[in-house]
Amino acid sequence: MWTNTVIEHAGPRASAKRIAAMVRRYAFLVLGSAPRMIELMYWPLLQMLMWGFLQTHLAASTSLFANAAGLLVGSVLLWDIMARGQMGFSLSFLEEMWSRNLGNVLMSPLRPNELIAALMTISLIRLTIGLLPVVLLANLFFGFNLFSLGLPLAAFFANLVFFGWTIGLTANGIVIRYGLGAESFAWIIVFFFLPLCCVYYPLSTLPEWLQPISASFPPTHAFEGLRALLIDKRFEPYLMVKAFALNVLYFSGAYLLFRYFLWQARIKGTLMQIGE
Amino acid sequence: MAPIAVKDLVKRYDDVVAVDGVTFNVAKGSITALLGGNGAGKTTTIAMLMGLVLPTSGQVRVLGVDMVRDRYDVIHRMNFQSPYINIPMRLTVRQNLETFANLYGGANASARVAELADELQLNAFLDRPAGELSAGQKTRAAIAKALVNAPELLLLDEPTASLDPDTADWVRAKLFTYRKERGATILLASHNMIEVERMADRVLMMNQGRIVEDGSPAELLRRFDRTNLEDVFLDIARGRRHDGAAAALPDAPVGKTLAGE
Repeated sequence: MWTNTVIEHAGPRASAKRIAAMVRRYAFLVLGSAPRMIELMYWPLLQMLMWGFLQTHLAASTSLFANAAGLLVGSVLLWDIMARGQMGFSLSFLEEMWSRNLGNVLMSPLRPNELIAALMTISLIRLTIGLLPVVLLANLFFGFNLFSLGLPLAAFFANLVFFGWTIGLTANGIVIRYGLGAESFAWIIVFFFLPLCCVYYPLSTLPEWLQPISASFPPTHAFEGLRALLIDKRFEPYLMVKAFALNVLYFSGAYLLFRYFLWQARIKGTLMQIGE
Repeated sequence: MAPIAVKDLVKRYDDVVAVDGVTFNVAKGSITALLGGNGAGKTTTIAMLMGLVLPTSGQVRVLGVDMVRDRYDVIHRMNFQSPYINIPMRLTVRQNLETFANLYGGANASARVAELADELQLNAFLDRPAGELSAGQKTRAAIAKALVNAPELLLLDEPTASLDPDTADWVRAKLFTYRKERGATILLASHNMIEVERMADRVLMMNQGRIVEDGSPAELLRRFDRTNLEDVFLDIARGRRHDGAAAALPDAPVGKTLAGE
């Protein structure tokens, strides 16, 4: 009974096993609860319906929307990829804090990088559960097939979800350092980028002084790219490359900040008494 | 090599000194108790041994490794249980234990959980969410989590807190057997003097972040001329040294104890 049961603790296989264990643990939480599954689809569905009906109304009166079917629905679906990507990343982490399990996790052989990898994976799983039915319904209700965007969709998706993780990692770092009192930050931080990243309007709409700030965020280029594709029927690869380069920069910053806050939490001793 | 070697350990939070220059070694295969009142520095010391809290100064070596620099070299060989940390409430006990078995690198998580369930009598509630368990069942599940990797070093913070005497005794017996069969080293922080008298080979008494007494339970009883550790605890908490003089501890009432009055 009391023999040494640890077989493998170092190396890539052990690392993959730890990541898989965490993903499985988060999946238990989501898949084991019907209300959580419904909640994942609820907001994306409402948003899609609202913007879809608005688009139908505008298409009847303006040539822009008549010629660029799916502009608003496409924008809202891409926005949800980013917003839900961030929330899936942050909320799974908050689960550890709500259940006062963070000490167990951080005291286990799981490395911080493996925790981040697990959060990314579960974020993708939550995105699929939340958005796939909504994407299918968007086609049914409004005749907009997101998958018809083809390969560019992969570029939009990658850039938006990547930035969602960057925001999520930043929010998690803040919560780990300041405790659950800072939890609301994880819920609202993504909406800061809604007006700034030109989700529903072109970059040129913003005041001139705000345009460089907006252009410094990767999602702005993804949404500009979507509009170019739907309105001008052309894919702009350089926008995606620019977004990706910015994403690498932002994610690196968020990673360093997260590691710094984790270090600070170990200095301040907050990991043992994490809570409200 | 001592499984735990602590030297001149200090932890300061702004103006508060939680641990104040603590030095001790723990022998392999021993059960050592950290005793002390609330705020004595027990939990902070254990947290530093686990690497969850970084020392302000001093050294913490666990299983031969510096816990500030190289904790991942040994973390799979140790485990802990604390009343301040829960296992996730919405997951069943089995799901929780399998998760931790995999995190600790076990070869066959389900087989390991089955073994633990038999040994710690978890089968009746193995597939129930942890949040629905009684306090005793939760503690048993938490102990199972702490033993999931059959650790060489077990750090326990008040392992029987909030348990009825029967369940507490059962938990103590299991831990005692574990130590004996596995040859494991156990460091436990406790307020429960009976527990310490029954389990510990050695007692480190802490007060205001310092170790103020060190010895076996029998030695401490002799030294303070008491019949139980609770009276020794009160003597120390209230500033009476074993030579009868008032200890030079700030805020300590001088020269008398409730037990001595």
